[in-house]
Amino acid sequence: MKIDKKTKSNLITYGIVVAAFILFTALASTGNLSSHMKGLLVPMTYYAVIAVALNLCVGILGELSIGHCGFMCIGAFTSAFFSKATAEILPSGIRFFLAFLIGIAFAALFGFLIGIPVLRLKGDYLAIVTLAFGEIIKNILNAFYIGLDKSGIHFSLKNAMELGLDESGEVIVNGAMGITGTPHDSTFTIGIVVLLISLFVVLNLINSRDGRAIMAIRDNYIAAESTGINVTGYKMMAFTISAAIAGAAGVLFSHNITTLTATSQYFGYNASIMILVYVVLGGIGNIRGSVIAACILYLLPELLRGFSNYRMLIYSIVLIVMMIVNWSPKIIEWRKRTLGKFDFRKNSGKEIA
Amino acid sequence: MALLDVNNLSISFGGLRAVDDFNITIEKGELYGLIGPNGAGKTTVFNLLTGVYKPNEGIIRLDGEDITRKSTIEINHCGIARTFQNIRLFKQMPVIDNVKVGLAERYKYSTLEGILHLGKYKKVEKEMDEEAMRLLKVFDLDGERDTLAANLPYGKQRKLEIARAMATDPKLLLLDEPAAGMNPNETGELMDTIALVRKEFGMTILLIEHDMKLVSGICEKLTVLNFGRVLCQGETKEVLADPEVIKAYLGE
Repeated sequence: MKIDKKTKSNLITYGIVVAAFILFTALASTGNLSSHMKGLLVPMTYYAVIAVALNLCVGILGELSIGHCGFMCIGAFTSAFFSKATAEILPSGIRFFLAFLIGIAFAALFGFLIGIPVLRLKGDYLAIVTLAFGEIIKNILNAFYIGLDKSGIHFSLKNAMELGLDESGEVIVNGAMGITGTPHDSTFTIGIVVLLISLFVVLNLINSRDGRAIMAIRDNYIAAESTGINVTGYKMMAFTISAAIAGAAGVLFSHNITTLTATSQYFGYNASIMILVYVVLGGIGNIRGSVIAACILYLLPELLRGFSNYRMLIYSIVLIVMMIVNWSPKIIEWRKRTLGKFDFRKNSGKEIA
Repeated sequence: MALLDVNNLSISFGGLRAVDDFNITIEKGELYGLIGPNGAGKTTVFNLLTGVYKPNEGIIRLDGEDITRKSTIEINHCGIARTFQNIRLFKQMPVIDNVKVGLAERYKYSTLEGILHLGKYKKVEKEMDEEAMRLLKVFDLDGERDTLAANLPYGKQRKLEIARAMATDPKLLLLDEPAAGMNPNETGELMDTIALVRKEFGMTILLIEHDMKLVSGICEKLTVLNFGRVLCQGETKEVLADPEVIKAYLGE
């Protein structure tokens, strides 16, 4: 069978992920990874997943969203709630699988609902509204008290006492203290599998009829309309899928930490911008670039801890260098000449298109 | 029955009557020209025909069907395709994908089949590729199938825009100043392309143009607009000889 360029480029992307997986697993099993490094592996996968999700929104659909952490937050809380509520009833494998479905479904639902008003807006306005959405979700979740006892689910916006639970009851979501004791189901392997599935969905979508319609809207929505493309429908589709994948990242997130709280550190404005940085520096519309950039830029500040005060200085220099290497026309030309067929951007340019 | 039948079409923007009492009847297979000085309302007529603007008054019928209040998307599905004065291609996509976007309404598979690359996906994609290549060949673009649309030379971008419009399998093709910004050589080539489209597809075409060589060379009938009103209508030769038309274009 003849493999066309797009398929080949996709296979390279999967290959890089699998190679990274083998490398890190080998290092871990031979004892070459510090426990600190091991702790970074799962976060690395979910940041790569959400970078892929955001690139679908920013690079393929062409709409700047800076509220994607909001969808991650929804995925994280709904799945953690489910896992904690069913921790003693269901075996961990099935529970985690269902947690994924729930996290993804809720994130997709919110993506759809938010998409209805948001996708009427363009450019800066869309960015502002998505930003507000992310903050609102975070703040609302901080005020939620949800408990569970024999008689069912109790809900309050005041405090845990108001729930009126009986002696068998348990507070699951405890306001600003969030959800404590979610089972640690996320592993590096599962993270990689989720990343591969997200890549599969997004890369295949791009190379399909729907993906072409989405990119046509990005390139020229007036022409897309007069070519008979249902602009609103396809925008909603891309935005919802993007939110759903961000939700999957949230599920990985919540099942990797002991206490899940809706803090700015994880779900705030800065976190959303951080992910946008991964996408922009990896190349807008370049899915493979997002994965690589997310991994490098997530690990780098952690690995530079030894440099103490110089850490952020080095980090910012790396950001600038990556920006130049990925975007300067002269450098891209030079890379094309010297690297020839091994050049990632050249392939990816075709891949996105 | 006429393919396109427009009656008493009018639209105002604020106090300005951009198109006033516009009538046109185009028979199947005709090549019809819409001309007039700058600001006469020619592109506004196109935008009315394609649903970008909704008229204040009047009726547009395509093949007997009233399409006056339909959306741009619906009108395209009814059978009107267009090109734009300032070329609007999907620039970051390869040439072949531009055409495949146009084919999407006729070659369908579900989103799920698209994501999984299963079911009808392979078969339909192959048919699409073949159909797209056939179209590109007609427009002599088959050698550039993987080039990004943005990297095509100007003349070929024009051709690709026509190819994309043809991919939606229209009944009526609207060309908005196809020769704008072209040198005489390119214009000559474009005239050949338009002749070819008529021959290959039996297409009915309505075009806006300033290039009188092109208009008198290929259009069978003309409508002249001036200040939003129809100044003159009829066979090309007669219209171009009309003293009113000459006055509108050249002044007294």
